[in-house]
Parts: sequence; structure tokens; C-alpha cells
Amino acid sequence: MMGRKLRGAVALAAALAALGCQRETRRFRESPPAATSETAVSMSELVPGPKTRDLPIRNPYERNAYAVSEGERLFNAYNCSGCHSHGGGGIGPALMDDQWIYGSDPENIFSTIVEGRPNGMPTFRGKIPNYQVWQIVAYVRSLSGLLPKDIAPARDDHMVAGPEPQRTEPLRPKHAFTPAAAEHP
Amino acid sequence: MRDWLQSALRPAGPEAASVHALWEFMLWTSVVVFVLVLGALAWGTLRRRPAGADPLAEGGPGERRMTGAVSTAVGATVVVLFVFLVFDFSTGRALTARREAAVRIEVTGHQWWWEVTYYDSIPNRRVTTANEIHIPVGRPVLIRLNSQDVIHSFWAPDLNGKRDLIPGKESSLWIQADSPGVYHGQCAEFCGYQHAKMAFLVVADRPADFARWYASQADTARTPTDSLTARGQEVFLSSPCVMCHAIQGTPAGATMGPDLTHLASRRYIAAGSLPNTRGNLAGWILDAQGIKPGAHMPPNSLTPADLQALLAYLGTLK
Repeated sequence: MMGRKLRGAVALAAALAALGCQRETRRFRESPPAATSETAVSMSELVPGPKTRDLPIRNPYERNAYAVSEGERLFNAYNCSGCHSHGGGGIGPALMDDQWIYGSDPENIFSTIVEGRPNGMPTFRGKIPNYQVWQIVAYVRSLSGLLPKDIAPARDDHMVAGPEPQRTEPLRPKHAFTPAAAEHP
Repeated sequence: MRDWLQSALRPAGPEAASVHALWEFMLWTSVVVFVLVLGALAWGTLRRRPAGADPLAEGGPGERRMTGAVSTAVGATVVVLFVFLVFDFSTGRALTARREAAVRIEVTGHQWWWEVTYYDSIPNRRVTTANEIHIPVGRPVLIRLNSQDVIHSFWAPDLNGKRDLIPGKESSLWIQADSPGVYHGQCAEFCGYQHAKMAFLVVADRPADFARWYASQADTARTPTDSLTARGQEVFLSSPCVMCHAIQGTPAGATMGPDLTHLASRRYIAAGSLPNTRGNLAGWILDAQGIKPGAHMPPNSLTPADLQALLAYLGTLK
């Protein structure tokens, strides 16, 4: 009887440890930019040949706390905060609310950073390695609570307009995302 | 050339010499005390009690003598500690005494490298470099320390003791070198993964050499003269390099990573990790995480032609 309980506890501990490992892993040596597919995001829904379902795009860093905090560091290092002001917005739109002009999915934010958007958002194509863009994407999504709370970074030393990402209630976008194709007639 | 890397026991300047004098005084005083204490212990262990004497008897003939001996020892200890205290205070005063600084240098700690800025009242005469501090021989140099991220500690043992770099709180340190030479320094406060690879050099030059070095560093970077280096500059400006590094005289002005305006004049790259050779630089650009895991330099993929052009361009930045 005791043995079974002990075995259960060990299995539970192992499962928790495995989950914790995934969250806390620090991968330094990412694959070089050339080894990753360029953008993985298409601006059109039309494809040659029969219509197939796209492979779902997953941000590899959304479940990794170190990557999200790296995203935060890069967000400031690359001066995203110069316009988006630690998420509160200023010259650029706020990132901690539920209003998304170009979509809140990881791939939408990825292409916003890489391609740029009309009226001010510059393109960072070729200037930021893809893995760092994905880290920034994860951080941007944490600002409005779209990431699990145990992954999102804690409060930093800056003035913040809202609660820190760890305490932010998920702000699901109100409107369904309109395809990017609509923006480019 | 000296055959040791860095040593606090072979001072190369007045600050290190006064710390060393304090250390030697404390060492020899402690040696004398140690020998006396062990001698007293040995004497007490070997001495035999007279046969038939009561070990618990009070007020015997030796009691007054023992009281006197213990009181003398306690008194002597207090006196020795006070002498240490006074010597320590006077050394501290000598180390921090106000002087006329020949050169003022601001050193900012980053994970994991040192940003070095020479102060000048004319802003465009200020010089920014990294991991290599040049000073004129025989002149007092004031180093002002600050940190960008976590606590680091500036330690060039041949020149002075340690001083912590605390984010948001400026501290300062004087150094002076008596003779020309290259002195090694190291971060002395654990600051993360690559704490061990956060070294710096202090290069003491004769005043004329120092003036020449300073003039060349205050200049903007050389403009490319041939098509290969011109291509290298284009590669630099259109790749991720430009997001973090600055080269004065080009549009590159980011301050996240070391200033590369005169990269080729430095002896090491990556804060003392590797000698500054073309091959090491190529390895560092392509796969910095293989050399210094956790450093903030990302991997870069460049075509061989672009890499060679970039290396040729960086090699001209004397």
C-alpha cells in the first residue's frame, strides 16, 4: 500500500519536474537564422493548386519563461519601447489592451515586426534574428495576459500603466481578425 | 615581460603598494601572534603539575601570576587590533584622497563586458571603447564605476583592490601604474553565466604614447577605401550587427553592445575571451554562443563572401 503511494508521489514529482524543466530551460545556442524558414507567414490566402490547410504556426517560446524575459530585454534593447512605451503606447499603439489592428496571434505579431505595418511600424527584416523575433512576440503577448501566468515576466522597475504581465487577466481580442490580405488591395 | 597574469602581491602602483603594505603588516603580526599562542599552548601542555597537588584548589601561589598573564594577553590583543584599525583607516584614507586626476574614465559594467568612456569637457573629444583601458604611466587616474544590469566588481590586482559596480550608484577608484605594461583585470563579483569570461586589460603607456593612442581613438572610423571593405561596411549596416553596435562616423549608433569604432586596435575580443585575430572574430560573429554561452551576441548567418568582406572591413578599424 505504502509502495503504491510512494510510487504515485515519485511519478507526480517527475511529471512536475518535467513541466518545470520545459518552463525554465535556457537555450543559448539557437539554430542560426539560415536554418529557420524565413517568415512562415503568408500575406495571402490564395495558393496555387487545391486549397490545403496551413500547418499551424506555433511560437516555440510561449512556454519558456527565460525566452519571454529575453523578449522583454530585447523589446527595450531594440527600442520598441521608444514608440510602444513598455506596452502603454504613445507614438505607437498600446500593446497591453485588447485592441489589435493587425491581429493578436503569434504569426500576426511576427509579421508585424518582420514586415512592418503602414503608418509608422518599421520593418525589422534582416535586422533581428528570427528566434529573437519569436521571443519578442511571446513578450508582447504576455503584456495583455495572453500567455500563461507562470511564464509571463514579473513587474520590472519601470513605471507601468497596468498590472505586471504575471497578474494581467487575459484580454481576449474583441473582434475576429480580418485577414491581412484585406489591408493590401 | 612579467611571468604572472595578475597578482596582488607584486604591486605595480602606489595604491596597490599601500594595500600590500597593510597586508604584509597584518600577515607578519599574525605570524608572531600565532607563534606566541602555539608556544604558550605547548608550554602549558608539557608542564607537569607537582605530584599530589589538588587540581581544583583556589588561591594557590600561581593564581595571581595566571590572572596577570591572561590580562596582559587580552590587553595586548586589544592594542594589536587597534593598531590594525588605525593602519587600515590610514590606508583607506590614502586610497581615497582627493587628487588632481590626469584622466577620468567612466567604466560601466554589462553582462559580460566593460564599457569604457574617457571623460573630456569637449563632448566630441570623449572616447568610448570596451574591455581595454589605456592610462598614462605615473599619473593618477580616476575610475568612476557604474553598472547597467547587475552588480559587478572591478579588480585589477596589480593596481588596486576591488570596487563593486552597483546599478544606479556611482563608486570610484584611483589607479596609477609606475611602469609601462599590460595589467590584467577581472570581474570579481559573480554576475551570471559568463562571469569568468569578463576580463579587461589596463595598458599603461608612456605619456607620449598615451596621447597618440587617445588622438587615434578620438577619431571617427576610417572610411572604406576599396570595394571589399566598402562591401563589408554595407554588410555591417544591413545586418543585425547594427542593432547593437556603434561605429562612429557611420549611421551605426546603437549602444547595447561594445563600440566597434576602433575594434582592430584592441588585443582581445569578447571581454578577454579570445585574442583579436581574424579567425577568432569570424567564429565569434557566426557562433558566439558556442564560445560564450549566454552572452547577448546572437548567431549570424552570412554568405562566405559577405563574411570575408565584413572581416576585412572590421580589420581596417584601427
